[in-house]
Amino acid sequence: MVGARGGSVLGKGLLGIYLSVLVLLPVAALLAKSGTGGTSQFWREISNPEAVAAIKLTLIISAIVVLINAIFGTIIAWVLVRDEFPGKRIVNALIDLPFALPTIVAGVVLLALYGKGSPVGIDVAFTRAAIVLALLFVTLPFVVRSVQPVLHELDVSMEEAAESLGAGPLTVLRRIVLPSLAPAIISGVALSFARAVGEFGSLVLITGNLPFKTEVGSVYVFGQIQNENLPAAAAVSVVLLVAALVVLAALTLLSRWRSKHVL
Amino acid sequence: MSSSASGSIALSSGSTGRAAPRGAPSADGAARARKLGVRTIALGYLALLLLAPVAMIFYRTFEHGLTPVWNAVSEPNAQHAFWLSLEIVAIAVPLNTVFGIGMALLLERGRFKGKALLGLLIDLPFAISPVVIGLALVLAYGKTGWLGDWLAENGIQVIFSVPGMVIATAIVSLPFVARETIPVLRELGTDAEQAASTLGASGWQTFWRITLPGIRWGVVYGVVLTTARALGEFGAVSIVSGRIEGETQTLPLYVQARFENFDITGAYTAAVVLALLAFATLVAMNLLTRRTRAETIA
Repeated sequence: MVGARGGSVLGKGLLGIYLSVLVLLPVAALLAKSGTGGTSQFWREISNPEAVAAIKLTLIISAIVVLINAIFGTIIAWVLVRDEFPGKRIVNALIDLPFALPTIVAGVVLLALYGKGSPVGIDVAFTRAAIVLALLFVTLPFVVRSVQPVLHELDVSMEEAAESLGAGPLTVLRRIVLPSLAPAIISGVALSFARAVGEFGSLVLITGNLPFKTEVGSVYVFGQIQNENLPAAAAVSVVLLVAALVVLAALTLLSRWRSKHVL
Repeated sequence: MSSSASGSIALSSGSTGRAAPRGAPSADGAARARKLGVRTIALGYLALLLLAPVAMIFYRTFEHGLTPVWNAVSEPNAQHAFWLSLEIVAIAVPLNTVFGIGMALLLERGRFKGKALLGLLIDLPFAISPVVIGLALVLAYGKTGWLGDWLAENGIQVIFSVPGMVIATAIVSLPFVARETIPVLRELGTDAEQAASTLGASGWQTFWRITLPGIRWGVVYGVVLTTARALGEFGAVSIVSGRIEGETQTLPLYVQARFENFDITGAYTAAVVLALLAFATLVAMNLLTRRTRAETIA
């Protein structure tokens, strides 16, 4: 037992060093850099018009993307759980493709079909629509994968009872199915939002990075690093990080509260 | 499953009498039409967003036969990028596996103050943009960073070289093994571990003989996810690598460089190689989930 305890102390020490090197030290350096010039400089960096435009665009587009995700993610989860059709297993496996596919490849792939010289005549390259498309691609699995298991466990007899009492399909959906799925949808939305706010790889090629038009927050930070303007990069980074964490925390709390109060 | 459910509704409403016998078939038909409509929407969305673009890039890559693809694959910079990617994965993934299991054990079995904080810390990489991770690493380990002088004095270069790229890759793929192992560890319980240690097994023996075999599929699943994420990492590595062709260029960075140099064949070929690795990941994930499901039933 003594040996085991000694081993676990050593293990804990190594783990502490690993996490410090990987997470603690870099994040502390980032926070310190964003605060070196005091609040006034921090404020000046993030109120730069180009930075404001980039942050605003990021937040608005992420909100649009998670809304679409909530709707289509739930529909896809529904079809995968309640429907039967040939090839369903393959479709189910393909849902995870955006997680397995490198983000830069996602960008190339979308441009091959919806970019210049598109065989279907759609060219969204260098537009805001392209950002929405790329973010929908990379965040697709979140809502589907969080709703699927809940839907699987959901008892069909409640829906049957409501139907036999004369409720129409929309009423059943609104009064019985959606309230039970809400916590799962919300937590999927929260993860999608955090991912969308920080996404970079799939956007590099597809947006053209035009300031005030298609430049999102992560791309702005990248540009400032290239210009060696590290204080500006650090300040906007902190804003993006806080936005992602606040939404993540708020929606996680909401989802927990819903699952306690509805079920 | 639900086709039998709607059948039972028709039956039960039939037994209550009234207009049900006439109403049931048409209601059934409407339900079927609704189901078909929803299925079309879901599959159509997936086809337009996922399948068609991915199929398109395979078509475009092999459009002019295998010769240009072969030439693109045998390009020295492409080869270098491919092997560099594998090298980074070969270091980052084992590190994250060992520490991931450690973190899972600590979070699930340990009792200490600040446990919630540790859980938050491990999940943090999922909430941070890869670009921000890259910047944070430059600020900590770069020339003008916190440890810049100390690292330079000791002749260690982190940023713009492989160590920095390994650290960046390890951060973005940090949470997977721990997150996949924790639920399995919880499911496993501590009964067998306690029995083993009552019978005189040491901590290590218990871990190797009882705990690790019990959680192995969860760990392997986490390793698959870690590998996929590590191979594809772009943003953080893009910043800490300096993107020097033939030196610090990984395969995803090579895709970008080729694309921006209008070498479409080179970019598409490298992208297809990465996509094939992604498909291999999906297959592995599915085999593993089926395996664990079979084991839980058995």
